[in-house]
Amino acid sequence: MKAYHDLGGTPAGPIDKAEHDLQLWEKRIEALLVLLKNKNILRVDENRRGLESLGSDVYFSLSYAERRMLSMSNNLILKGVITVDELAHKIAEIESRKDPLP
Amino acid sequence: MNDPHDTHDHGDHTHGAGHRHPFQPDHDDMLTYPRKLEMAVRELLIEKGIITADEVRKVVEDIESRTPEGGARVVARAWTDPKFKQALLEDGTEACVSMGFEMALYDVKLTVVENTPQVHNLIVCTLCSCYPRMLLGLPPAWYKSRAYRSRAVNEPRAVLREFGLEVPDAVTVRVHDSTADLRYLVLPMRPAGSEDLSEEELTALVTRDSMIGTAVLQPFKAEKEGRKGRSTDAR
Amino acid sequence: MSAAAAIRTAMPEAPAFKQGQSVRVLKVDAPGHIRTPRYIRGKNGVIERFVGFFKNPEELAYGRSGLPMRALYRVRFVQSHVWPDYRGAAADTIDIDLYEHWLQPAKTA
Repeated sequence: MKAYHDLGGTPAGPIDKAEHDLQLWEKRIEALLVLLKNKNILRVDENRRGLESLGSDVYFSLSYAERRMLSMSNNLILKGVITVDELAHKIAEIESRKDPLP
Repeated sequence: MNDPHDTHDHGDHTHGAGHRHPFQPDHDDMLTYPRKLEMAVRELLIEKGIITADEVRKVVEDIESRTPEGGARVVARAWTDPKFKQALLEDGTEACVSMGFEMALYDVKLTVVENTPQVHNLIVCTLCSCYPRMLLGLPPAWYKSRAYRSRAVNEPRAVLREFGLEVPDAVTVRVHDSTADLRYLVLPMRPAGSEDLSEEELTALVTRDSMIGTAVLQPFKAEKEGRKGRSTDAR
Repeated sequence: MSAAAAIRTAMPEAPAFKQGQSVRVLKVDAPGHIRTPRYIRGKNGVIERFVGFFKNPEELAYGRSGLPMRALYRVRFVQSHVWPDYRGAAADTIDIDLYEHWLQPAKTA
């Protein structure tokens, strides 16, 4: 499986220097990663490995925050911290909320 | 609370003199799958008692409190205090702790590399986007981009040119790829003409990009009547 | 067992490489979580400094302990030796933090 994340020296175009502020949900993803790390539930290295397992299509089509969220979820399921069933039900419940945005 | 920036109290958080940056268009207010995932996972973790909502809020606040001004203060102190500069170059984390920075949340080693008339440093993480967040806050989008991660290592001078920086051949460009637990911060050269400035005034001159290595600081020109000159490149 | 090999298999007490020593990065491909970028594999560089001992990220990535700790070095490479079409000054360098088990002694930089 190609190490698509290993980007040094690969062909690339000009750098887009536009600034983008992070939204609250993106900061929360970073916060969750910090908390999970400090509580010895998910190491930074495990989350990186998760990023490297997403597949190049997913990796390059998602934003930085989005793919970190995916890797985190996959890892939490792998470790049995949450189950697929719980996650599916919770997402369905969120989708059914009248005003889902926090 | 649809626009976090409107409802957040920024306090002392400097953000380029009130300048706002647009959100990436496809993230505006849409409940995409990753956003639902974030809500779902956060709520489940809270329900299970693994984390609390308060803990999440506190970490978000800590993240937001870290801005490039932190790094700028360290740089200004290094310029004015040779003993501190030496300590900083030897053990960046310890030196920052001595200045009162809370570094415990970050179990990485802050490593400061000094620009000189002979050497210009440039920082990148080709494998993922590691960045000295404890001092600079969250990395800019371009630092995390595919193009920067690819090209900063094999064509650094072309990358610097794209940032408006031409480094003469007589100056060595030294790239640092942050592949392990070290987080690199560039100590830019003190601007010519800044000899009479106070530490606080110097802090205002230091830009985020000069601490990543994609910019240098322009010579300081005192402007009339108390208004201090500001460096021309983006914060 | 040679002296160098003995040092390498001991618990972290002595790094195998010295500052200024020429080393070559292993040219190896393998699956898993590796923090040695592909662009530097097979290249020759010089130990700029021994950084310290750290848990092995290749193991931590799979939820394992990462012990015994591994020696980490900052290794400096001349850019024109890394990239065949490097366009920049001859003295330009790149520093990369690499683990001992990815390095072997080399005759010249």
